[in-house]
Amino acid sequence: MSAQPSPGPKSMRTPLSRVRYLGSSHSGTKDFWRQRLTAVAMILLIVPMILIVTMMLGRNQAGAAQILGSPLIAILMLMFIAASIWHMKIGMQVVIEDYVHDEKLKLVSIMANNFFSVAVALAAAYAIFKLSSGV
Amino acid sequence: MVEFALPKNSKITGGKAWPKPAGATETREFRIYRWNPDDGKNPSIDTYHVDTNDCGPMVLDGLIWIKNHIDPTLTFRRSCREGVCGSCAMNIDGQNTLACTKSMHDVASGGAVKINPLPHQPVVKDLVPDLTNFYAQYASIEPWLKTITPTPQKEWRQSHEDREKLDGLYECILCACCSTSCPSYWWNSDRYLGPAALLQANRWVSDSRDEATGERLDNLEDPFRLYRCHTIMNCTKACPKGLNPAEAIAELKMKLVERQV
Repeated sequence: MSAQPSPGPKSMRTPLSRVRYLGSSHSGTKDFWRQRLTAVAMILLIVPMILIVTMMLGRNQAGAAQILGSPLIAILMLMFIAASIWHMKIGMQVVIEDYVHDEKLKLVSIMANNFFSVAVALAAAYAIFKLSSGV
Repeated sequence: MVEFALPKNSKITGGKAWPKPAGATETREFRIYRWNPDDGKNPSIDTYHVDTNDCGPMVLDGLIWIKNHIDPTLTFRRSCREGVCGSCAMNIDGQNTLACTKSMHDVASGGAVKINPLPHQPVVKDLVPDLTNFYAQYASIEPWLKTITPTPQKEWRQSHEDREKLDGLYECILCACCSTSCPSYWWNSDRYLGPAALLQANRWVSDSRDEATGERLDNLEDPFRLYRCHTIMNCTKACPKGLNPAEAIAELKMKLVERQV
């Protein structure tokens, strides 16, 4: 394995010292739980989502604004955005932790993932608010 | 980044083809990974022919036959030859398993029996992997009974129901077939404990006599130590003892959720 954490290949630490190293971070369960939570939320929301998108097909902006003017539809859309983007953010972080072993590159990647997720979520939510409020 | 390609000095080149044993009427071809740390050469695949009328039915019988009759330099671990010690774990026909319990007749390809060391571990020689890290990971889960209550005069008592919870866990022989079949362990074995150590951890977390369950879970609760498991299930597919490390890891995750949610 390349890129051991700090106790690198030339370190004279014992094998057990390498394994124990910084100890447990006592975290990870929240992300594990939230990923399942958002997955279940998306299963429940996917059917209304397909229906809403089908309703909007072929309509112009005014038509879409009219559909999104319904509070129920706008809230369903916002819930789907929250669940899916949260799910995406956790999933991407897992992929980064799996494959990116360089500590600095990993931190930068995780930051970028957070920024991207927040930006996409806010842009999507802003679009829904704008259309549903008819501004 | 993760290394997807073999390092230059690990690429397999050529290999020696040994002649068929004279006078043998029925033979089986074996293609075996060879690497000698002393000759400075890259690994190779040597081809042997085993006289199946002169040796037992298992892959380990074939290996011992080769060592006794053709090539005494062939190096592999073995001890009990009946699936109890876990020494002869290796990759046979693309699957990690025990050479002593794998029949030559069950090798799916039907043709040559292809044997490599356990994947993604440093090789000591030929089919012998360096399992130092694997054993240190096992030691790190502190696989012994931990109690605060003074030891009773006779024994720590356990109900039949609680004893049954250890079935499917205590049978693990630490052969490393599961951990070395796990892609997540390949990429992150420096930080991820792997299915074998986690199944053993669950064996002690599930033990009703143990008084350190919470501390054990504390020690495991980590994005790398435990949560690198993505339920790929290679561990369960590989286990030559028919155990289910993936389920054991899922039970650990359930217990961690249970104490939070």
